[in-house]
Amino acid sequence: MTDVLVVAELLDGKMRKTTLSAITLAKKIADGTGGKFDVLSIGAGAKAAAAELATYGARKVFATEVAGGYIAEKFAPTVADLATKGAYGVVTATASTYGKDLMPRVGARLSAGVASDVSDVSTEGGKLVYKRPMYAGNVFGYVEVTTKVQVVSARQSEFEAAAPAGAASPIEDVAAVTDAAASRVEFMGLESVKSARPELAEASVVVSGGRALKSAENFKTVLEPLVDAMGAAMGASRAACDAGYVPNDLQVGQTGKVVAPKLYVAVGISGAIQHLAGMKGSKVIVAINKDKEAPIAQVADYFLVGDLFTVIPQLTEEVKKAKAAH
Amino acid sequence: MKILVPIKRVADPDNANKIKVAADGQKVTSDGLEWKLNPFDEYAVESALRLNENAKTSEKLGETIVVSIGNKDVGQTMRQALAMGADRGVLVAAEDDQLDSLVVARALKAIVDQEKPDLVLMGKQAVDGDSNTAGQMLAEMLGWPMATFAATIATTDGGKSFVVGREVDTGVLTLKVTGPCVITVDLRIVTPTAVKNGVTPADHPYADGARYASLKGIMAAKKKPIAETDLKTLAVEATPATKYSKFELPPARKGGAVFVASVEELVQKLRTEAKVL
Repeated sequence: MTDVLVVAELLDGKMRKTTLSAITLAKKIADGTGGKFDVLSIGAGAKAAAAELATYGARKVFATEVAGGYIAEKFAPTVADLATKGAYGVVTATASTYGKDLMPRVGARLSAGVASDVSDVSTEGGKLVYKRPMYAGNVFGYVEVTTKVQVVSARQSEFEAAAPAGAASPIEDVAAVTDAAASRVEFMGLESVKSARPELAEASVVVSGGRALKSAENFKTVLEPLVDAMGAAMGASRAACDAGYVPNDLQVGQTGKVVAPKLYVAVGISGAIQHLAGMKGSKVIVAINKDKEAPIAQVADYFLVGDLFTVIPQLTEEVKKAKAAH
Repeated sequence: MKILVPIKRVADPDNANKIKVAADGQKVTSDGLEWKLNPFDEYAVESALRLNENAKTSEKLGETIVVSIGNKDVGQTMRQALAMGADRGVLVAAEDDQLDSLVVARALKAIVDQEKPDLVLMGKQAVDGDSNTAGQMLAEMLGWPMATFAATIATTDGGKSFVVGREVDTGVLTLKVTGPCVITVDLRIVTPTAVKNGVTPADHPYADGARYASLKGIMAAKKKPIAETDLKTLAVEATPATKYSKFELPPARKGGAVFVASVEELVQKLRTEAKVL
């Protein structure tokens, strides 16, 4: 019987949807071992966010108000303290940059082993075995954590978002635990690019551009109309990000975001190993490239050979037509 | 300032698709692949060197120490960092099966306790295990603040603090961290103006990327000291908290892309065959 504590991710006083993947992992462990799962809402606006978090079937939702922006040094002591007091077997969050930043700190504080960015968990024989993509997704490792408490982060694209379930969970306030390290770090701001498009990690269609787009201007005038015609999120290869065509938070790949949409369209992306690691879990992959030998062909389902500056405007029109007709 | 840069060697990440798993699934083998300095660690070395130099006068402003944990062959990888300009190395001998991020963080803490650096600067993740955990664990063990996924670093308060731009999912999050602290770096830390130490002129034309070792640097690196120690001497509890029971290769995607002749055909296939449009 393993009880699980889920650390929610908040932004602007609201639950981020990323949290729902960690809840799915927690449910899977709780159901597989006959345990329960609780959720910790922590940060600015934690109490308000707790009300929403209480709709996902947790035994209990804890709320810890921490004023100001997110700082790991302020959050980790509270998470670790609650994990110990509640005798949880697993503490988890989603492996967004938030979870990746916070959870190892929690692990070290608990002297616990950490399984990060896991894509699955099995509970055979009472043992929890986590599946982890390694080597840019070229190997899966199956790992057990041997410490009393296990710290785990869940790969968002591999755990479906939990759906609301049953009656609202009771909410309990928990006081923040402080630590000296927090006095030496100051939150100065978060500069976000606001976009009306779906979030990259959550979109069912992703259209990504590579260096072949040649400029920031072309991303806007050539690629964006297609992105919007498809109702997609926009992504990019590392090369395009490095060249400064688009901000780095659009990067899809081993060290950027991992996505697994229903449809992934790679425009002018050759398909470096690091990029494939971030998108090869997509259900259907379309490559548009002038080089039919490009490595993206190894993972693509459909390949259109052609000059993107000719093909993309045509495709945009065809998609609009097709959508209008149905 | 004194900067400690933990580094790791990894099997050539540009050929990661050639990684194999032993028939019994017990081991990952990278036979035939070259060992490389983990790219993020290379970037950490580069940013440490930028912090510790006046790039205009080539004057050195502090000491950069690289540390690595593993078998003795790691020394070769370490020479690469020394050839870039790091001053000396520390090699902690260990067998790979003794190591996971918890043990690595403990070993690094022991080295930090000895060396007392002002800053630990490291890659955000090693691209073999892809864990992205050691830096955060080290910071917690030391009771130090941290800034992970750094895309920019600027020293402030006379070099005692760092303003760090962190690349997060939702944009750029800026922290001011007072040393000693741990900073883990992301890819953009090696863009021309990403690191500002208040001494090198802000418009100094750094090249994009990590510096190459010069021939002079390579020669000098041969004479730079690498101190050797091991987990036992450092009194590090060398019991990993994670145990891999099996490895496997991912199932191949059903290979062979279907080549379509036109935009019309593509749209039609996406609608009627794949049913995703």
